Amino acid sequence: MSAPLLKVTGLTKAFGGLVAVDKLGFEVAPGEVIGLVGPNGSGKTTAMNLISGALRADRGSIRLGDAELVGLRPDRIVRHGVARTFQLVRVLGSLSCADNVAAGLAFHPGGAFGAGARERIDALLARVGLGGREALPAGELTYIDQKRLELARALALAPRLLLLDEWLAGLNPTELREGIALIRSLRDEGLTMILVEHVMEAVHALCNRCVVMNAGVLLADGPTAEVLRNPEVVRAYLGEDVETDDLPPPHLPTGEAPTQLNLDAGGQHA
Amino acid sequence: MNALPSPAAAGNSTGAGRLALQALAVAGLALLAALPWLGADDYLIAVGINILQYGVLATAWALFSGPTRYVSLATVAFFGIGAYTAAVFGETLPWPAVLAAALGVSLVLALIVGLATLRLSGVHFVIFTFGLAELVHQLVNWYEVNVTRTLGRYLFVDISQVQIYWQLLALLVAVLATGWAIRRSRLGLALQVIGDDEVVARHVGIDTTRAKLLLFAISAGFIGLAGAAMAPRWTYIDPAIAFNPVISFQVLIMALLGGANRLFGPLLGVLPVALLFELLSGSFPNHFMILLGLVFMAIVYFIPNGLFGLLERRRQRAGKEGGK
Repeated sequence: MSAPLLKVTGLTKAFGGLVAVDKLGFEVAPGEVIGLVGPNGSGKTTAMNLISGALRADRGSIRLGDAELVGLRPDRIVRHGVARTFQLVRVLGSLSCADNVAAGLAFHPGGAFGAGARERIDALLARVGLGGREALPAGELTYIDQKRLELARALALAPRLLLLDEWLAGLNPTELREGIALIRSLRDEGLTMILVEHVMEAVHALCNRCVVMNAGVLLADGPTAEVLRNPEVVRAYLGEDVETDDLPPPHLPTGEAPTQLNLDAGGQHA
Repeated sequence: MNALPSPAAAGNSTGAGRLALQALAVAGLALLAALPWLGADDYLIAVGINILQYGVLATAWALFSGPTRYVSLATVAFFGIGAYTAAVFGETLPWPAVLAAALGVSLVLALIVGLATLRLSGVHFVIFTFGLAELVHQLVNWYEVNVTRTLGRYLFVDISQVQIYWQLLALLVAVLATGWAIRRSRLGLALQVIGDDEVVARHVGIDTTRAKLLLFAISAGFIGLAGAAMAPRWTYIDPAIAFNPVISFQVLIMALLGGANRLFGPLLGVLPVALLFELLSGSFPNHFMILLGLVFMAIVYFIPNGLFGLLERRRQRAGKEGGK
């Protein structure tokens, strides 16, 4: 593994008596796409919030390249090259699609504003499949299109590290295929990403490595297929002692909608 | 606000319409400036001063509160401090220096207030700014009673009603020009993003506190200047006049009625509300506050997006029906 782009060490965050993230540690190499998975309430989104600065860590370190991110405000972390999407999609509903992307372009080093940004805005909207909808208010987009727009805004920040928090959740099979293809194209361009996902099909298709969390702690870290067959991981997800041999076969029948808890979906859309 | 001109705005017909509007605005401005030479009597000038005063206050208020949706009730704190600065220095400094001092004091106060309040949002911000205006009022009261041993101040400067009228008109042009420039700047986009979703604003690289503070201070500077410009009109100033909280509510009502998120929206609200207040305070002096409250509730309930929003919606509807 080359020198990590992101190195998380001993990261801890508690809310009152509840330790949401407990001494978490993992690394992400440049160009790597990792899945951050685990059952609901395992601390994945809290970890994303800590990396992006939405929450401040109680202890630990988050290094992006040479920069320490703990203690920085989100706007400062953006300038270091971290962009994110949100678990519950957050577009700027009263602004046009173009202005949503303009917001991503205008406030970071190397960004653009006004007439100089127009070409990049059009390109980013086209990239996520929203070409021709520049003037439409973002609040009038469908759910999937709002997700696309949120991704375009994150890409406008020209990130070194992109955090996607359940970006593929709630999509129908066709949208899921398109979403996976879009993220794969970003991966192929060398963008480093952390995917918080419950859609195992996407994790299999996109992530060469997985970090699994449970109850705030790191449960497993390794190659995706290997980690997701780890009995500890399976137990954490299903909440009971399940032998990996009892799991469904690795490939879903063609055309079947992906299930969110099928840890071994096999990625037939890969 | 659009950071980019929309395709519609780039169209020739809209461009021609915009040019006609701009020509109309310039002609209207020239007419307003020439009003004292066109035989306007003292009463008309007095009404003009009243409308221009609220025009400046409501437009300056909406510079900050319109895009960010932070409803400030601190207007009168800056207005009063501007008026008081004029009362303190009016007879010792040249008038331009008095205005500069009022601007400086308002900016400093805005920065202090802003740093204390702009981390709050929603109803907390509203209540805090209201309390803060009252705090400034009481502090000035205390200072005058305990230090200068006088509650009121007289201000005798050689400034006529017509000069006050022109100062306020110039101030109105300045605040509109500033608003126009901000709407086309990164700062304008930043404030729109903050108003829409402050969490997103932080995650696209906006230093939200700095952006809000900057515009809060710009807005307060104009409000303070308006207070200073108005001071010679009263001749006698005391804290109850300068820091009358009703001013904050009146400005809020006017801006909301016209449409706080449009540059010219607040102006649209100023004319009817200023005239209505003139009528109500003259005809029902004992029930003025009750009627003010009712007007406020009616505006918020029936036209939450202001007259400007109402007109735009009707135009869009007419456009859709025309397109069928």
